[in-house]
Amino acid sequence: MDIEERNKKYNEYVQAKIPKTKNFPTLIYAFVVGGLICCIGQGIMDLLMLIFPTMSVESATAWMLIVIIFVASLLTGLGIYDRIGVFAGAGSIVPITGFSNSITSPAVEFKREGIIFGLCAKMFTVAGPVIVNGVAVSIVIGLIYLFL
Amino acid sequence: MSKKIGKQTIAFRNKPSVIGFYSVAGMKEGEGNFKDYFQMILEDDLLGENTFEHAERRLFELAIKNAIKESGCKDEDIGLLISGDLLNQIVTANYAARSFNIPLLGLYGACSTMAESLAVGAALVDGGHYNNVACCTGSHFSSAERQYRFPLELGNQRPPTSQWTVTGSGCTIISNKPSKIKVVNATFGKVIDYGISDVNNMGAAMAPAAMSTIIAHLKDTKTNVEDYDLILTGDLGKLGSEILMDLMEHEGYKLGQNYNDCGQMMFADRQKTFQGASGAGCSAIVLNSYVFQKMLKGEYKRVLFCATGALLSTTTVQQGDTIPCICHAVELSVEE
Repeated sequence: MDIEERNKKYNEYVQAKIPKTKNFPTLIYAFVVGGLICCIGQGIMDLLMLIFPTMSVESATAWMLIVIIFVASLLTGLGIYDRIGVFAGAGSIVPITGFSNSITSPAVEFKREGIIFGLCAKMFTVAGPVIVNGVAVSIVIGLIYLFL
Repeated sequence: MSKKIGKQTIAFRNKPSVIGFYSVAGMKEGEGNFKDYFQMILEDDLLGENTFEHAERRLFELAIKNAIKESGCKDEDIGLLISGDLLNQIVTANYAARSFNIPLLGLYGACSTMAESLAVGAALVDGGHYNNVACCTGSHFSSAERQYRFPLELGNQRPPTSQWTVTGSGCTIISNKPSKIKVVNATFGKVIDYGISDVNNMGAAMAPAAMSTIIAHLKDTKTNVEDYDLILTGDLGKLGSEILMDLMEHEGYKLGQNYNDCGQMMFADRQKTFQGASGAGCSAIVLNSYVFQKMLKGEYKRVLFCATGALLSTTTVQQGDTIPCICHAVELSVEE
């Protein structure tokens, strides 16, 4: 039996043997926690508009985002957000709080290598690809919009 | 008489012995299944240091210092320190050695380093080059995570095939002085790659290497699986151990009640580590606590210790390479 064939067979055997993630319960956890984060965001926004009746929807959205990004960052620093993440999975990764966590966590982790080469340089190791993709896609969409 | 037997095994005719051993375990490990066996359990995974890399060095220093003390030797009696770890440029072993007035032989075998260092150490003592050598390895969960995976505080989920890197360090002193536990022979393993590229499934990647070395050892020494009281692999974890048993059965060897895996045994189910423990420290702290203590009590007389290692780096993983693995086996026996 040649090596390629052996490896293919072995990979198939391993794939059949590995335990699978239990989809159903993880879906529920992600839905509940993700939904909860969104409800909290909406709540903060409604509250802002209630307190400041003259505030526009756009600026209320901006302030709400600032608040929840700050809170997620703070919870990351306190070592709480990763525990939520273990339980909630995509529920706490997909909302903007997950993005905040993905920038704060390497910043906290690599602070020990110094401010410039540690914290600043490593801050975007996790979120970097998301930012690059976001910018690239927005350029493409901007060009399409220009010629339409 | 030749000291090489068969294709891959070297015999230690002068029977170097284990005169001292010591294990330092982290907090999580200290709550696991071996909590009553570890000589020292940490109360703080940072050991009062600023960084996890410094903490890992302290782990090594503690293990080496106390193992030398246990053996009744002094620093100057130890001819050579043979040590390695998981961090780039084996910094932990190199930096920890600054604290000792002992020459260092650094080696890298990933998680197989405990068996590798024992085999090299026993060979050097058997050959009469040294009277006493210290063999040490270990790992730290937090320093390994930041080198190989993600920042600690990132809210990601671990896949069900993942394992938990052990925080801990173990050191064994091998000597030409007589003692109860002897190092009989060692089998150095070949690098085996069965095409697994999933870094979260190390057990499946390493199991074929374990199979290769165990079979080579059995053939070289003309022994059977049943001849051993314990065949112990390093850190295959639950899944990897099952795969190894399947692979061995396919080759005509039945691993039975006398087989176990350090990674599989380390943590209790409630500790939620999925497939169990991994890391260089995993086999090191189990060997230097549980196994040697059981051997001294006479509960195990003949043990085949097979530490397994995945020889990958983050660069090779990102470039899409599959994971080459290795396993070294050391046979230990109790002689009155």
